[in-house]
Amino acid sequence: MSNIPDTLKYTKNHEWLSVADGVGTVGITDHAQNELTDIVFVELPEAGKELVAGTACAVVESVKSASDIYAPANGEVVEVNPKLADNPALVNDDPYGEGWFFKLRVTSEAEGLFDSSRYSAEIGES
Amino acid sequence: MTEKRATTTRLQQSPLHDEHLRLGANLIDFGGWEMPVKYSGIIEEHHAVRNAAGLFDISHMGELWVSGARAADFLNWVLTNDVHDLDLGQAQYSLMCNEGGGVVDDLYVYCVGHETYLLVINASRVGPDFLWLSGKSRDFSEKDHVILKNVSAEYAAVAVQGPAVGNIVDSAIRGNGLMQVDRPTDLKKNQVDAFMLGQKDVFVARTGYTGEDGFEIVASMDCIGEVWERLLLAGESAGLKPCGLGARDTLRLEMGYPLYGCELSEEITPIEAGLRYFVKLDKGEFIGRGPLVEQKEKKPDKRSVAFRMVGKSPPPRTDYTIWGEDKVWHTGDQSILGKVTSGNQSPSLGVGIGLAMVQSHYTKIGSRFEVNIRNKHMPAEVVRKPFYEPKK
Repeated sequence: MSNIPDTLKYTKNHEWLSVADGVGTVGITDHAQNELTDIVFVELPEAGKELVAGTACAVVESVKSASDIYAPANGEVVEVNPKLADNPALVNDDPYGEGWFFKLRVTSEAEGLFDSSRYSAEIGES
Repeated sequence: MTEKRATTTRLQQSPLHDEHLRLGANLIDFGGWEMPVKYSGIIEEHHAVRNAAGLFDISHMGELWVSGARAADFLNWVLTNDVHDLDLGQAQYSLMCNEGGGVVDDLYVYCVGHETYLLVINASRVGPDFLWLSGKSRDFSEKDHVILKNVSAEYAAVAVQGPAVGNIVDSAIRGNGLMQVDRPTDLKKNQVDAFMLGQKDVFVARTGYTGEDGFEIVASMDCIGEVWERLLLAGESAGLKPCGLGARDTLRLEMGYPLYGCELSEEITPIEAGLRYFVKLDKGEFIGRGPLVEQKEKKPDKRSVAFRMVGKSPPPRTDYTIWGEDKVWHTGDQSILGKVTSGNQSPSLGVGIGLAMVQSHYTKIGSRFEVNIRNKHMPAEVVRKPFYEPKK
């Protein structure tokens, strides 16, 4: 069973979003990192970039495949995780903690984000 | 995050399917089979094979029997390597070409009896291979002189690979070989023997697809489970891990071994694929020989090369385009030198590595070109195969 914290919001594409004081932190879920297998490269958006909810904004590459990451909110990127460049395996080890991807100043969240119970139903784990 | 998902309808399942579920494997569609891509993790499994031992289910591979008084002559006509070099208990890698020299399949030939050969072929090619060989055998000789049987649905197979496999295989498969050796580790590279497991015989060959020492074991569907369990148990203390197709792919890529459908197809010749060694042009007539001789003399326009990324870069992937260093974009396809056929991050080396089919004047060791990764040109360098030299 995957770890699906109650405190986060989720997309059907397996991103998670956590918003505090208007700044959202984005990463991929435990289920996603397990399906992707060992992550070897993460390509992140540049700080200052305006993201449009639902559009591809980053790429995560595992030994299996390359996959797009979609923005779970509208807003400007304010920070990217500097550790992922040298240690992309952090996404496997700690997907909700040290393996976060980027932070953005949220103007509005994507429509139809899931809560944890809806997301676990979505991945067939409820 | 999105990813292409395998449809799970009508996929064939290995006789070890329940075992894979028990071991927590992630399953994918491979050549029409639902097979494990990983158990604990691709990189962990990769290192297990490089440093200790790994156990792979390769039941998706197809098996054909070719027997009869003219079996060897027939195989020599449809395959590029020289089957007459094979004595009883020996195996060889070979290619099966069409009339134009394109590769119908790459395969292993095992001589396992008098006038009796076992061909181990790619899962996705079982249908095409059998059809091709059936037609060719009718052209070749009278009916009974070459007997062809597709036994892919009756046989399953596992591979056990890595520097620590010797003791593991000896303790899992006991007793004398029926052809030549007293125990599996007496087999030399590319030798095969049959061993009794209960009432059944299993074929044990010292072959593999990882570059490490190792064995491949072909057995009937109903006894592969026992082979698997015995190997898992015998390997426990040596650190043997069950390994999926993910690690199988990174291991073969580090050796520069071709994968049918990536480096090989009916449109690619063994000369272009860099497999000249397995084409015996002087053995007499065989299917595809004419075009292959011509290509060898004139040199092919394109060739498969091994390359590694220079500097920090995402890993190269299949179908990424290869460009010259002049960075000319506006001329359209003109400056595209070729395409990546296989690519990944090498778990042993920690850099992006790949195989690519490129214009022949870019195939010299040390040649530089660029790989287009999501519209960024990343520098790469042609290197010698294998990428990784297994520890002796």
